[in-house]
Amino acid sequence: MTDVRNNWEARELDDSLRSKTMILNMGPAHPATHGTVRLILELDGERIERCDVDLGYLHRGFEKQCENVDYNQVIPYTDRLNYVSPIINNVGWVLAIENLFDVEVPLRGQYIRVIMSELSRMCDHLTCVGAGAMELGAFTVMLYLMQAREELYDLIEQVTGARLTISYTRVGGLKSDLPHNFREAVQAAFKKIEKHLIDADKLVSRNRIFQDRMADVGIISKDEAIAYGITGPIARASGVNYDVRKAFPYSSYDHFEFQVPLGSKGDNLDRFLVRFNEIYESMSIVNQAFKKLPDGPISIDDPKIIMPPKDEVYDSIEGMISQFEIVFGGIKPPAGDIYFPVEGGNGELGFYVVSDGSGHPYRVRVRPPCFVAMGIMGPLLEGHTIADVVPIFGMINMIGGECDR
Amino acid sequence: MNSISIVDILIVLAKAIFVMAATLKLAALNTWIERKASALIQNRIGANRASILGFDLAGIFNTLVADPVKALFKEDFVPRGVSQFMHSLAPFMGVFPILISLAVVPFGPPIILESRTVTLQLVNLNVGILYVFAMGSLAVYGTVLAGWVSKNKFSLFGSLRASAQMISYEITFGLSIIGLIAIYGTLDLNEIVNLQSGLVYGFLPNWGIFAFFPLNIIAFVIFFVSAMAETKRAPFDLPESESELVAGYFTEYSGMKFLLFWLGEFAEIVVAATLVVVLFFGGWQLPYLDLATIQPDLANTALSRFFNINFGVLDPYIGPIIAMHVFAVKVLLFCILQVIIRWTLPRFRYDQLINLCWKIMLPIALVNVVVTCYFVATSGGN
Repeated sequence: MTDVRNNWEARELDDSLRSKTMILNMGPAHPATHGTVRLILELDGERIERCDVDLGYLHRGFEKQCENVDYNQVIPYTDRLNYVSPIINNVGWVLAIENLFDVEVPLRGQYIRVIMSELSRMCDHLTCVGAGAMELGAFTVMLYLMQAREELYDLIEQVTGARLTISYTRVGGLKSDLPHNFREAVQAAFKKIEKHLIDADKLVSRNRIFQDRMADVGIISKDEAIAYGITGPIARASGVNYDVRKAFPYSSYDHFEFQVPLGSKGDNLDRFLVRFNEIYESMSIVNQAFKKLPDGPISIDDPKIIMPPKDEVYDSIEGMISQFEIVFGGIKPPAGDIYFPVEGGNGELGFYVVSDGSGHPYRVRVRPPCFVAMGIMGPLLEGHTIADVVPIFGMINMIGGECDR
Repeated sequence: MNSISIVDILIVLAKAIFVMAATLKLAALNTWIERKASALIQNRIGANRASILGFDLAGIFNTLVADPVKALFKEDFVPRGVSQFMHSLAPFMGVFPILISLAVVPFGPPIILESRTVTLQLVNLNVGILYVFAMGSLAVYGTVLAGWVSKNKFSLFGSLRASAQMISYEITFGLSIIGLIAIYGTLDLNEIVNLQSGLVYGFLPNWGIFAFFPLNIIAFVIFFVSAMAETKRAPFDLPESESELVAGYFTEYSGMKFLLFWLGEFAEIVVAATLVVVLFFGGWQLPYLDLATIQPDLANTALSRFFNINFGVLDPYIGPIIAMHVFAVKVLLFCILQVIIRWTLPRFRYDQLINLCWKIMLPIALVNVVVTCYFVATSGGN
């Protein structure tokens, strides 16, 4: 009897429990992967041993497409990059081309671009923050923030006539000026948005479950953020004080006072809070821009770049010719190349454009902020649980259209 | 002892059908409450299209009918290579124990007639509360089976989470009411409800929650949280956490089978609310009015004299009928409370959930048991 028992115990101690890891495919069609991305997770129970990120399901050849159209025709394509904040993409593209031409838009045009960019950034952050909360099960927070975003979409619709694919900018200016009483409409909308933000804030900021889920999860250190080339709110949450609007001010961003919210830890909560605070900063920028908004033209006065008004086209031979030239040949920037970054919703959105002096770009390359940020996704997930995949992924805020291009 | 007559059998049958139908209908009503309450919370319009002859509130009935009809006409999808029998068995195993667990709950004082006394309780088990707990534990098998037979990794994760979660919370669930059982000295739910009549300190209802005043509030909180964890809904909806596990353990279910899981979930809300009401909020007892001994002398009311009909025959029914309504209102209030909590809080992570159970709630429950028992012992018990 004792022998048997001893043997049994000995065998049990020698043999380690056999266990295998499990491979779980998350995506490309999975509720958590808004956009299409595949996460190949190697799981030990709930814990992630290894994560392989498979991108590119939304690749549409944006860069190649750009080579076949003229410079203004690229603008609608840029709408589809980060479709949550399309105006920033529009602005980034036209600023790159304007720098090739070496021209500058009149001050009013620059200020309107700032206003619209910041409204767009608010849309982006509201969506990201709302979706981040929803993925933790706080669906109500998401809907409150969607209501706030709806106010912004209404404003954008007033200006541009579109809500999602906006194409508001033109090389050398803007499609149209702001409508009448737009400032009042913005003030009224901001009041409502602030109320929604306060409601949402009440639901999350002192909610123990939410704080526990977000804090100390997915920590990116400052050095890691720099090493991986991460920019934008994600890097700022890790304490990297880099904001393109401050570092390389474009479109008169240096005329406005605003804070760059910084995090200390670089965890999910910091990324959440940085975005939340940036919404308030954007509101302050918009308010300042309205205060300083000068009168004057919104576009440059150069018939080689900007389309003439319709009455000139019909009534004068010069107008007719310049319309014909721009439509058929496209605008022709001088040969050369340029890299121009703007601060997108997720970080530095850069356009690298090579011009050979013809009406089409010779080569276009986009630096999508979330493609770079997705580089850290795999290492970041290791050691976390499946439940953490969703908030980490949500706070990296990969936008399929921008990431896969 | 009298022999069992056909009337007795009919009464038991009627009660059985009543309890079953009440559970089902309350569960179905909960789906409507959930839709409407979530819409109210989220500034949405919500369910407002269904109406009968222009009465929006009557749209409740459309909702009750529309869900099953829709589910019945849907494709019954079974993944390839899965045992059809086991796949069908899982939803039944999930929903059956929940539907029968209310059999021991008293929903009113007995109707005392001259010939017989009809108790408003399907079966009067002397271990009633244990029976409810046992049925609650059985429900986990359906969930686990659904995850295993679905041949889907997400389902498997959902069911593993469900089993760990439900078994863990069963412990705090049970421990939280030991103090209460010590106070009342019985496991019989009917007895427990009867002991909750009257007032304490002259103004507080003598409900379970106010027994040994602050102590049982702790027990109530632990019990309610555990009960919510048993229902597998937010913030405890890890088994089906839709953002990471698609739909958790019922990912591979569709049509009526899916609806059964759904129904089970809503029936669990009703069961949780009922238990809370019975154990902590006096069951059918109405404070300041003793419904068990109420003497409505209907024969002498103006109404009786006016119509010249003796309404006195209704006398024995008045108290029980009011009591049943009181009970239903209390249960619905706790259902609504659960819906509000569900739409307010985000969900836990798996390890946090288990930590909450074993590291926070279990010690508190144990201390609560010891302290309550000490007070019961020093106050001489009952």
